[in-house]
Amino acid sequence: MSTAPRLRRSWSLYDLRVRAILYQVLLVVAVGLVAWFLILNTTHNLEARKIASGFGFLDREAGFAIGETTLVAYSAADSYLRALTVGVLNTFRVALIGVFAATLIGTLIGLARLSRNWLLSRLAAGYVEAMRNVPLLVQLFFWYTVIADNLPGPRQALSPLPGVFLSNRGIALPVLHAHPAHAWMGAALAAGAVGAWWLARWAKRRQALTGQPFPSLAAGTALVLGLPLLVFLAAGAPLRIELPALRGFNFSGGMTLTPEFAALLGGLTTYTAAFIAEIVRAGVLAVDRGQFEAAYALGLRPRRAMRLVILPQALRVIVPPMTSQFLNLTKNSSLAVAIGYPDLVSIANTTMNQTGQAIEGIAIIMAVYLTISLAISAFMNWYNKRIALKGARPA
Amino acid sequence: MKRLAVWAGALALAITWAGSAQAQSTLASVKAKGYVQCGVNTGLAGFSQPDSKGVWHGLDVDMCRAVAAAVFGDAGKVRYTPLTAQQRFTALQSGEIDMLSRNTTWTITRDTSLGLNFAGVDYYDGQGFMVPKKLGVKSAKDLNGATICVQPGTTTELNLADYFRANHMSFKPVVIEKLEEVTNAFFSGRCDVFTTDVSGLVSTRGSRAPNPADYVILPEVISKEPLGPVVRHGDDGWFDIVKWSLFAMINAEELGLSSKNIDQNLNSTNPAIQRFVGASGDLGKMMGLDNRWAYNIIKQVGNYGESFDTNLKPLGFDRGLNNLWTHGGIMYAPPIR
Repeated sequence: MSTAPRLRRSWSLYDLRVRAILYQVLLVVAVGLVAWFLILNTTHNLEARKIASGFGFLDREAGFAIGETTLVAYSAADSYLRALTVGVLNTFRVALIGVFAATLIGTLIGLARLSRNWLLSRLAAGYVEAMRNVPLLVQLFFWYTVIADNLPGPRQALSPLPGVFLSNRGIALPVLHAHPAHAWMGAALAAGAVGAWWLARWAKRRQALTGQPFPSLAAGTALVLGLPLLVFLAAGAPLRIELPALRGFNFSGGMTLTPEFAALLGGLTTYTAAFIAEIVRAGVLAVDRGQFEAAYALGLRPRRAMRLVILPQALRVIVPPMTSQFLNLTKNSSLAVAIGYPDLVSIANTTMNQTGQAIEGIAIIMAVYLTISLAISAFMNWYNKRIALKGARPA
Repeated sequence: MKRLAVWAGALALAITWAGSAQAQSTLASVKAKGYVQCGVNTGLAGFSQPDSKGVWHGLDVDMCRAVAAAVFGDAGKVRYTPLTAQQRFTALQSGEIDMLSRNTTWTITRDTSLGLNFAGVDYYDGQGFMVPKKLGVKSAKDLNGATICVQPGTTTELNLADYFRANHMSFKPVVIEKLEEVTNAFFSGRCDVFTTDVSGLVSTRGSRAPNPADYVILPEVISKEPLGPVVRHGDDGWFDIVKWSLFAMINAEELGLSSKNIDQNLNSTNPAIQRFVGASGDLGKMMGLDNRWAYNIIKQVGNYGESFDTNLKPLGFDRGLNNLWTHGGIMYAPPIR
């Protein structure tokens, strides 16, 4: 291309490139005009009807209570901004846990469907078909009803394990009482992880040079788990567990997973897992049979063949569609409104209704989802690039 | 679905022609399309609920029908838009509905920054609490730590938080938008308490509880909830029509006019009744309506007391505050003259 003779630039309308540029300029101007009209018209309409506008309401006292919060404390005396922050964090919580759980379950189901065991593969296929073909909202109502209707009230709570209570108020779990040593254990965990990473690099280089394998997985695991354990023992094993107990109407102490959260997480996870299962299955099937045979011919055992030869190739097929599943799960979490989990949309809806500022509220919802989606997308693209065929020409 | 409506409303707000509100009055557009588009509750027995044939009934529904009777002389020319608490204001602001008659509390915020006008009060209410009898709770002051089912986007949600803050108590809200879902959650035991306006509690207990006798409404009424029909800012003529349709129903009860006897009163010599039925004066014309507007309302919909007796009395409602001022209540309408 670079050696082709340079064409003299002409500004004739018959020049394809000139026309292409012209069309694009016209399109941008048209889109701009529509946007300008919408904004102008909206502000005019709002003024004509004396409806308040602007983001000033964010500082005002929200005045409503929120059922559950993640990380930050909230009371009715806090501002709308804080209420919305709680909503964003609640969305994050369910999306993050959901993405990990759905990936795990989905991968297992996808591999199960490929299994040579007839019963297992039929079961997996049945799961995928049932989950994919029932609307998510219906599934959420199903989970919510199962949990709220079938579990007893808090005074008759089931206790499958000491300190664990199952009732229609949710699952009350014991939590560790915080101790300074626990922070050090966290630091030890991080140090262990860094050590394991370094060890894996070293082992890989040594194997490349000398051909001698090193059990880096086992050694790494020992590092990651062992260091915190050592710190724990050195600090005199400070372990105090806070048990939930029935006080008045409800359990206090410990930690409670609400039925709303459980139903939403359960619904999102099992639904998305069905799609992920199909993606994983497709990914593994996309790797040519010859690759297995070649790996065996090299003397690799099945597990190593899977890990070193098949999975890296399957991942290239799996990762791009996986991105959209993660995005779907995150966006579907907004169905929380229906079963009363206080996610971003739920709280923004309440905010809009109390302040009457629907346009600002929807702008906030859109901005947050856009940010989350673009962040997931950027991360997955980075990961995709990392696992792409090395040395291959970009298409 | 619910969010879709709010989004569509916001979009509609964005693309309605700026001038159209002034160019065509609500009355003219209602007359042009041939019906009143009325926002009502998705299903609150006694206030707005469709029967098995899909015909809407209730006190709030009668307000819509009264306006249609005043405008068209035909109370049937109404189309209903069932709305949740969250959708209602956007629907009204955006012009999707002509009026909102959905047990909506009159507050200063709604009257000002939401761009709405309240056309009077058709039910004086207050917020209360309902609990299962077996909890043994006798007073709202005993509710510390309770889990409470509540609908979002309501004054109820705010009063609840205020009440518990004022009394230094804590609670866990379970906030669900649809009335059916929130009452299911309460009756299945997910919450200890269900809170809304006392009228809503009575109606819900009467129409949805598996066994109404198992539930008690606590004696505390923690707020003032004057409920009434609402229109949007910017059309005073339409505001007058909705307002006076309500006042006509209340005045009729005071004058002793009902759907049964109004025909006999067409030739009444009482000047107040003459004005009311349109036999003298030009009161209807002043609003751009037929002079028999009030006669049509009473003939086809009935007076306020009749509407109350048909819709609310069977569910166990008491007139209480909603009795006429001449009968010990506070229902009072300005004179029609």
